[in-house]
Amino acid sequence: MIRLENISKSFEKNEVLKGISVEFDEACTNLVIGQSGSGKTVLLKCLIGMLEPDSGDIWYGEDRFTALDPDQQRTFRQQMGVVFQGGALFDSMTVEENIRLPMDFFTDWPREQKLDRVNFCLGRVQLPGSNKLLPAELSGGMKKRVAIARAIALNPKYLFCDEPNSGLDPQTAIVIDNLIHEITLEFNITTVINTHDMNSVMEIGDKILFLSDGLTCWEGTREEILRSDNKVLNDFVFASELMKKFK
Amino acid sequence: MGILNSLGKYIVFVTKIFSKPEKHKIYFRQVFKEIDKLGVSSIGIVAIISFFIGMVVIIHMTFNMGNPLIPTYYMAYITRDVLVLEFSSTVLCLILAGKIGSNISSEIGTMRVTEQIDALETMGINSAAYLVLPKMIGMVIVTPILVLLSIFIGLIGGWIVSLSGHLMTGADYIQGIRHGFDSYLVLYTVIKSAMFAFLITSISAFYGYYSKGGALDVGRSSTLAVSYSMIMILVSNYLITQIMLG
Repeated sequence: MIRLENISKSFEKNEVLKGISVEFDEACTNLVIGQSGSGKTVLLKCLIGMLEPDSGDIWYGEDRFTALDPDQQRTFRQQMGVVFQGGALFDSMTVEENIRLPMDFFTDWPREQKLDRVNFCLGRVQLPGSNKLLPAELSGGMKKRVAIARAIALNPKYLFCDEPNSGLDPQTAIVIDNLIHEITLEFNITTVINTHDMNSVMEIGDKILFLSDGLTCWEGTREEILRSDNKVLNDFVFASELMKKFK
Repeated sequence: MGILNSLGKYIVFVTKIFSKPEKHKIYFRQVFKEIDKLGVSSIGIVAIISFFIGMVVIIHMTFNMGNPLIPTYYMAYITRDVLVLEFSSTVLCLILAGKIGSNISSEIGTMRVTEQIDALETMGINSAAYLVLPKMIGMVIVTPILVLLSIFIGLIGGWIVSLSGHLMTGADYIQGIRHGFDSYLVLYTVIKSAMFAFLITSISAFYGYYSKGGALDVGRSSTLAVSYSMIMILVSNYLITQIMLG
């Protein structure tokens, strides 16, 4: 479980997060939604320690993440897997080397065991046999899947995804969503996803946090979102005619 | 205030580079890759430049100083000192700052803007150390070797032009390059070039590492990295020369 207590973050005079408090549950796909500029990415960066909140605390289980120094935070991050918006695969490395990198750094496994784990992860994201490909040879969807494979290489307790299906066709986006959801349940991971995609919200959103103007505007489940009478939320989620009809 | 801020940031960055590596074996392997990528790949350009500079310097010396009162072999002697003291260390490192500095800065800058550095950090890897330390060690090892190679090839260039242009006999040339040889000057040039290698790598990596935005900003960082590397090479050249020869 991840608990945020009163997280605030400003950049000069621009207050991006204004006292966010929320709990992200274990073995759940927790979605953070909101308009562009609502503070989703800043919140995610605070969660993974890329940004330091101005005030407030972040707890991972019983560990107070915000009390750790940068070196301790870096060590703690070995328990996290992060999928970046563009995949962030290392261009000069093959798919296999990308997935093996965290194992090279943080395990003493023999070469064969690492290769087995790479193959397992690639199999899990439905990309078996792509070990020797370079990121430049992969499609957008494949890059995201390799990024997920790399994120789960060391069995993380926490998985963070920043807009995992942006730039993908709807069919591939659903594949990626379902993959993240299955992995979350299979490995009992606490997953936090930043997304704009309403399909994701309706498909895999076990818990949803809606941010607006740096504040928690609404939180609940995907069933509750349909019945919500929060105007700001409804304007965002049911913006299109199709979604209005769906509601 | 801006300069002090950047200087402070640079010192913190260099400290981060030298923090304890997670796994020595990975860094060790990377050093050899970087020696190949940054050093071995520069041999060609170093050889071409040094060869032609060696040829031109001896022609200049003979043209400007040719005098019946000055022994001919003095032209070779001066050519050797020009190569050892300044050209093969300072000028060559200025050229390397352009070639290797822009390479390092744009590579790391692109990794920054495509979130690859963030990905390393979120894995728990010290990105500054992993990306920069092997380059730095590789460059500090390989640059003095390139400088010594440059001196050697420059002297060969001078020798060829001396003979083919009938500037002096082969024996005069050899006498000239051996005249008053002081091995301390070679040590001076090796130390200087190692220092320049450190500056090129750290400054270029610094500008790349703190790149923001997109391709345009990476290009701008690359330009700044090369400019500041060159300025710092010239400043440190003066300081080292003052300390070692002054």
